[in-house]
Amino acid sequence: MSDMIYEIRDLRLSFPDMAHKPLFGAAPRVEVLKGLSFDVPKGEVLGIVGGSGSGKSTLGRAMIRLLEPDSGTIRFEGTDITHAEESALRPLRRKFQMIFQDPMSSLNPRRRVAGIIAGPLRLQGVQDTQSCVLEALDMVGLPRSFARRYPHELSGGQRQRVGIARAVALRPDFILADEIVSGLDVSSQAQVLNLLEQLVKDLGLTLAFISHDLSVIRRLCSRIIVMHRGEIVENAPTVQVFDAPQADYTRELLQSIPLPDPDQVWA
Amino acid sequence: MSFLDVENLTLRIVRGPRILRAVSLSVDQGEVRGLVGESGAGKSMIGKAILGTLPRAIEVVSGRIRLDGTDLQTLSARERRRQIGAQVALIPQDPLTALNPVRRVGPQITNRLVDILGWSKDNAQARALELLDEVHIPDPARVMRAYPHELSGGMRQRILIASAFAAEPKLIIADEPTTALDVTVQKQILRLIKNMQAKHNTALLFVTHDLGVVSKICQSLSVLYAGKVIEDTDTRRFFAGPGHAYSQALLHATPKYTDPDDSLTPVPQQVIDAVEAEVAEFDKGLGA
Repeated sequence: MSDMIYEIRDLRLSFPDMAHKPLFGAAPRVEVLKGLSFDVPKGEVLGIVGGSGSGKSTLGRAMIRLLEPDSGTIRFEGTDITHAEESALRPLRRKFQMIFQDPMSSLNPRRRVAGIIAGPLRLQGVQDTQSCVLEALDMVGLPRSFARRYPHELSGGQRQRVGIARAVALRPDFILADEIVSGLDVSSQAQVLNLLEQLVKDLGLTLAFISHDLSVIRRLCSRIIVMHRGEIVENAPTVQVFDAPQADYTRELLQSIPLPDPDQVWA
Repeated sequence: MSFLDVENLTLRIVRGPRILRAVSLSVDQGEVRGLVGESGAGKSMIGKAILGTLPRAIEVVSGRIRLDGTDLQTLSARERRRQIGAQVALIPQDPLTALNPVRRVGPQITNRLVDILGWSKDNAQARALELLDEVHIPDPARVMRAYPHELSGGMRQRILIASAFAAEPKLIIADEPTTALDVTVQKQILRLIKNMQAKHNTALLFVTHDLGVVSKICQSLSVLYAGKVIEDTDTRRFFAGPGHAYSQALLHATPKYTDPDDSLTPVPQQVIDAVEAEVAEFDKGLGA
């Protein structure tokens, strides 16, 4: 099974429901992930789709262990990381990186682009951060002069490229991209998606792409997991999800997308 | 004469660059007009100018806004506010920031009726309950007593829609009302807005960056680039083949999941250069 980046079995995760917490005593738990199992083979581009509250971001965060699951197992490249300590995770973090949804709030506004990209490199003890930073800028198609700029000087699309540069600078095996184009205009969206596709090819990355928007996923992803209320309702190759969806919820999602076509029946 | 007539509206940042360039557009009673453009194109500024809620740093250089034939600039500030309050309403983008978190939902709907339109509290209350029912909110009386955080995003947006239609406005400005929602909820909300608009024969100016949404609910649209209207057309003609190269590129960049070969083409640089040149040419004409 060494060709699997991730093997996930019966993954469960819950949060305390503070809205219903009694004055004294523990809050009841809300189960957000209800026993998910799936594999991610090396080199795959996996789309994770679902409505708001479906648990897709929670799943992503559990995969890169920003959250600790209640039960089940997550194996990353054969290593069980389900309940691994932070000290044990540190060397692994080099191999899995994340790109965040909102580049404005995930890039430190007081640091220059070079400092932002160099952050994780320093944490991982990379010596020559300077050259890594410039290389990362090249990879995402930003001019090297941008190293000296601050995030507020960049457009939304450029900021998201900085987020991508920070993730690829460590040459990870796996990247989690959580709704990274939902804040962008269609034109910048297309640019960022094309860039991501190129990087996957060039660097041999495995990518999990979380989105609520099925229409941006078709080109990029080879397989799609559809989530609804903390469960996987469909896990199939992209073509099948679009052409012959099995789950009712998938059909509902597809039919809800407004196509740029006045003749589409949108009932 | 259309209900809303914006004529040659030019705005700029005080002692700074222009943000709208001689924008003209009109919306008839019962018409839904889409206002489309990328972020920073000035879409929301048009809505703000109509509502008289422009930030202080932005000044009107020239142009006229007419509501039902009345030039707003000829009115006193007080009368202008009264007219706008009585005839125009806004459906904002983000329902969480638009509702006051420390107040119950009910008064947030009825206040405008009482304060601006001088309704009695009982009348306003009855009307609000009726409207919440109309936007398909279950148990309206309970929701009126709820705080915004107790409701889901879709519910909050329904409340803002109810509140927008409350005083039977002639014109509604919807500023990206569904961008914060997921597709299944978006569909319900768009349908709701469309049905309410048709039922009340409201003029609707629908600000969005999503051409898919435009094709579903608008009869006409204006495409904005750098504060300039570069295309003003009806929806069918637009989707059959936009007239302007930039609009074509924008339509091309919009993802279509039904097309397996959809190539996700960004707006090409030469198209951007061409439309930028158009804007520069326009500025030169104004001598700036």
